[in-house]
Amino acid sequence: MNALELSDVRKIYTMGDGSDVVALDHATLTVADDEIVALVGPSGSGKTTLCSIAGGILSPTEGRIVVAGEDISDYGDKQLTTFRQDSIGFVFQSVNLVPFLNAKENLTVVDELGKRTGKPAQRRADLLLDELGLGDRKKNLPSQLSGGQRQRVAIGRALMNDPKLVLFDEPTSALDTELGEQVMDLIRTEMKRRGTSAIVVTHDARITEFCDRSVHIIDGHLAA
Amino acid sequence: MNLALKELRRRPGRFATATVIITLIAILLMFLGSLLDGLIRSSTGAIRAQDVDAIVYSPAAQASFARSRIEPDVRARIEALPGVDEVGGLGVVQLGARVPGNGPRDLANIALFGYEIAPEGVPEPPTDGQAYADEVLEADGIEEGMTILVGPARTPVEVIGFVSDTSFNGQGGLWASEATWRTTLGDNRPDAQLADGVWQSLVVRGEADIAGQIDDATGGATDSYTVDDAVNAIPGVEEQQGTFNQIIGVTIAVALVVIGLFFALLTVERVNLYGVLKALGAKSLTIFGGLMVQAVVVTLVASTVAGLLVVLLDVAIPPGSIPIAVSAGSILSSTALLLLAAAVGCSFSLRRVLKVDPASAIGTTS
Repeated sequence: MNALELSDVRKIYTMGDGSDVVALDHATLTVADDEIVALVGPSGSGKTTLCSIAGGILSPTEGRIVVAGEDISDYGDKQLTTFRQDSIGFVFQSVNLVPFLNAKENLTVVDELGKRTGKPAQRRADLLLDELGLGDRKKNLPSQLSGGQRQRVAIGRALMNDPKLVLFDEPTSALDTELGEQVMDLIRTEMKRRGTSAIVVTHDARITEFCDRSVHIIDGHLAA
Repeated sequence: MNLALKELRRRPGRFATATVIITLIAILLMFLGSLLDGLIRSSTGAIRAQDVDAIVYSPAAQASFARSRIEPDVRARIEALPGVDEVGGLGVVQLGARVPGNGPRDLANIALFGYEIAPEGVPEPPTDGQAYADEVLEADGIEEGMTILVGPARTPVEVIGFVSDTSFNGQGGLWASEATWRTTLGDNRPDAQLADGVWQSLVVRGEADIAGQIDDATGGATDSYTVDDAVNAIPGVEEQQGTFNQIIGVTIAVALVVIGLFFALLTVERVNLYGVLKALGAKSLTIFGGLMVQAVVVTLVASTVAGLLVVLLDVAIPPGSIPIAVSAGSILSSTALLLLAAAVGCSFSLRRVLKVDPASAIGTTS
């Protein structure tokens, strides 16, 4: 089963003056199970819109979106919220950890906002942090962690709900080249180890070597 | 909710400014409430203490003892009513009293009552020339066994004991026999002297709705009140309550605005975090619930601190210097009002929380 199938997806924003802006134009993309796809494009090309639609944050104007066999094309806000809780992992551009929660709590917050399983979530957070090499940093606040450690916590948070698809939004943009490569290497290792698919949004072509393939997007049009 | 409580616990400094401001508002609110209670208490104690079913004044008196006259024939008609069990006369004269040991101009403000039916907490009328004093008069140096000189005529009255919460119009109650009251009134207010058998008012025990029956039976020769109505009818009481309630209302409105603004600012500051949480699957109501919990906790902490400070203030204020009555009831009611203001103020942020777009978490750098 494919992790993601976008079929002929369009997203049109209506501006304040009544004019329409096509952010995504007849985009078709398939991400296979266990595949890591780099989505490359300049600013304003539609990367964020595609990522948001694939992650159930935005609804498309037209087209079909199927994530791990679940058709979310016509989902309303509530259904999308539940879908995100259950099926999607996000790693944001600036990591965006909750500053007053420690590393472990930044993982378990996903459970608190969603299913509230309690102890199983605690065990999963411990396991993920151990696997990510942060076993001794569980009690540290984000401000007490290095950039790379924070990135790892963010990856752990994205994996907490055992997602079908993880969306990485420019995960290396705030890091220097060396640390960026380390983080990408970590992302690839962790995704492949779990057999989880991922889309890595980037405008940095060097990132693509860590991905299985690259998809370019310009002015809302996808090109392999 | 856990998230909200963790933030409060781990980042208390973030809420310190709001907590301090709400604490000051709570102190003001509780102090005003206690001051109002104290004023009302010192104005109405003598009437509230009446353990009767009706207080009867003459029709044009507007519940003022000074303007009221009840003639013996009216009393007889009231006593003859089938629903009446007991009737007693009640009169008062408000004067200054010289207290031994105090300076010649250092007068104690007293309200000397003559009574036939003992109010709650007051013994049966004492021997002529004696009186029970309200304990607030202790602040003026009055002691048991002391003889004070009442009014310009310096009528001697011996204080033989103390009672509590029987003040009237802000003056300490002095409870004496009919003869002592008539003598004091005649000596010091000859213009207001009453003929024998004529009282300023009557207090009546009987059926619960006896007040209405009395006015009907006397054909308009009386104006009768239940005790609660008589309390509210005391000249100045409603005005005091109205004024204080307006000040209290404005204070609550200020609290509402302060809490509303604080949490609105906090929400604006956290739009990015809320976007991230929504992207992770948080519902808007979960986020708003967290804000509400924080507003309630901040208000509870502020109210608790304010309550303790007002109690300490009450202890520190010398008895009798300010008519203040701090009670758990007034502190709790102020806390409840502040919590209501917190909930309403916080709800101003609901719209902004609902408007936070989870898409804002993606493609932003901070």
